[in-house]
Amino acid sequence: MTNKPIKLSGSSVNVWFGSKQVLKNINVEFPRNQVTALIGPSGCGKSTLLRSFNRMHDLSPDARIEGEFLLEQQNLYEKGLSVTEVRRRIGMVFQKANPFPKSIYENINYGLKINDVPKNERSEIIENALKESYIWDEVKDELQKPATRLSGGQQQRLCIARAVALRPEVILMDEPCSALDPLSTLKIEELIVKLKKDYTIVIVTHNMQQAQRIADKTVFMYLGEVIEAGDTHTIFHNPKNELTGNYVKGHFG
Amino acid sequence: MKLGVRESIDKSIKLVVKTTGLLVIAILGGIFFMLLWNTIAFFLKIHPLDFITGTQWNPSGDPEVYGILPLLVSTCLVTLGAMVIAIPLGIGTAAYLSEYASMRVKSVLKPMIEMLAAVPSVAIGFLGIVVLGPGIADIIGLSNGLNAMNGAILLAVMALPTIITVTDDALHGVPGTYREASYGVGASKWQTLIKVTIPAAGPGIMAAVMLGVGRAIGETMTVLMATGNAAAFPKGFFHSVRTITATIAIEMGEVPYQTTHYYSLFAIAAVLFLITLGVNLTGEYFVNKFRKYHSA
Ligand SMILES: Nc1ncnc2c1ncn2[C@@H]1O[C@H](COP(=O)(O)OP(=O)(O)O)[C@@H](O)[C@H]1O
Ligand SMILES: [Mg+2]
Repeated sequence: MTNKPIKLSGSSVNVWFGSKQVLKNINVEFPRNQVTALIGPSGCGKSTLLRSFNRMHDLSPDARIEGEFLLEQQNLYEKGLSVTEVRRRIGMVFQKANPFPKSIYENINYGLKINDVPKNERSEIIENALKESYIWDEVKDELQKPATRLSGGQQQRLCIARAVALRPEVILMDEPCSALDPLSTLKIEELIVKLKKDYTIVIVTHNMQQAQRIADKTVFMYLGEVIEAGDTHTIFHNPKNELTGNYVKGHFG
Repeated sequence: MKLGVRESIDKSIKLVVKTTGLLVIAILGGIFFMLLWNTIAFFLKIHPLDFITGTQWNPSGDPEVYGILPLLVSTCLVTLGAMVIAIPLGIGTAAYLSEYASMRVKSVLKPMIEMLAAVPSVAIGFLGIVVLGPGIADIIGLSNGLNAMNGAILLAVMALPTIITVTDDALHGVPGTYREASYGVGASKWQTLIKVTIPAAGPGIMAAVMLGVGRAIGETMTVLMATGNAAAFPKGFFHSVRTITATIAIEMGEVPYQTTHYYSLFAIAAVLFLITLGVNLTGEYFVNKFRKYHSA
């Protein structure tokens, strides 16, 4: 497998919530235009790591973060760099689909307004984002309908469209399918695989099959540390670490 | 045997609860009918149209005049003034409490706001007479500060705890996932508050406002003490006014039984009742809407 250049990385990452250390000296790299899966038992710090990259911890006063986070050459915690800029370049899709209680159209328009996208460009961007997220055909006639009336799977694809509309470089996904039925999950997985042509994707998942279906690389975490990282196939079939082997075989979790 | 005892206790408790329930309904019905009855008695003597459109309230004049407009306008003026002050202040404080304040600040501010709600209205009215009224008089250059503005400010203070508490609850009821979604596309805390959190809490905030309005309209003692009680048609915020509630409180003590004047006080009470009923129903409507929307 050819190695793609690194898009996003974190080195010597330590994170504390209050006095509790949640991430311990983590080093991770996410190659460009690849899907990387973060796996590990619940509570091991996957979400915390993911949210360090788009600075979602900025608002928790008891979070303390150390380490270097790079988006290509850009230090994400550099003084003077606005979080709006960081989050435009690094989009996020959350565990539970969370459309705003607004219309489908307005759900995507909101982010465009926040990021000062000129008014006359917005409706085209919205249409493209909905097409790119394979939900356009289902909603094109009812863009003014409240987004909360869509099905769970549609809502999650709308949330992906909301992220995609800002043309981010990286999309972070935190268990985006954990609340969905198998059919909706499959649709989202197809979508993710298609999106990697244009984006670098990091996805947290508890579903071992899902990781193997969609991820090029896999990072296994345990108790706040990265135990093993590498090609998905290697992690699942030929892990170096015994702990990794036990986890991917479902012996604990 | 034991089972029999338990069953009979059960039955008697049920009977007690049922009786108290029925008693409440009976009392409410009684009040309503007394109001209605006396109001009808009044309308047999004074034409409802004269009552509703009359611009003068002078029951002891010759001839007696019973126009509710000056009282109604007074009530509206004071309430409006109170809400113009209390709504932005209340929503602002609630937003600060729920989105910005640290735990430490919250643990001081919240009990203080609750204490504010516990201050008796007589005490607030007293402050209006000895502190706020003279203050207003000084600033504006009037001889006397007992006017609509004085009452409005005091009512605003009294309505604040309700508005703050209910708005705070409404903001807390907005799922954190909405805020996250907003931060996720790069919005700041302020943008998130204004464009996502407050609109999502909208019905709850409307309910808070309605409860505040109800509090202001029904308040008696404070306005009675603080607004000067001139029955003339109100000319503005810096003039004395006399609200419906104050009129009832002042005149009911002296009015001869079953005279037109006596009946007239029931009639204005009935109008007050209709207004507060309307306000409460509107508030209730928004509270239900808020609940439905959040359980969905
Ligand atoms: N905001 C927070 N404050 C305090 N502790 C937190 C916070 N967020 C997460 N944690 C703790 O950090 C640890 C890792 O959590 P998380 O990153 O959510 O794990 P995962 O996503 O792998 O399940 C957990 O023990 C959790 O309780
Ligand atoms: Mg998680």
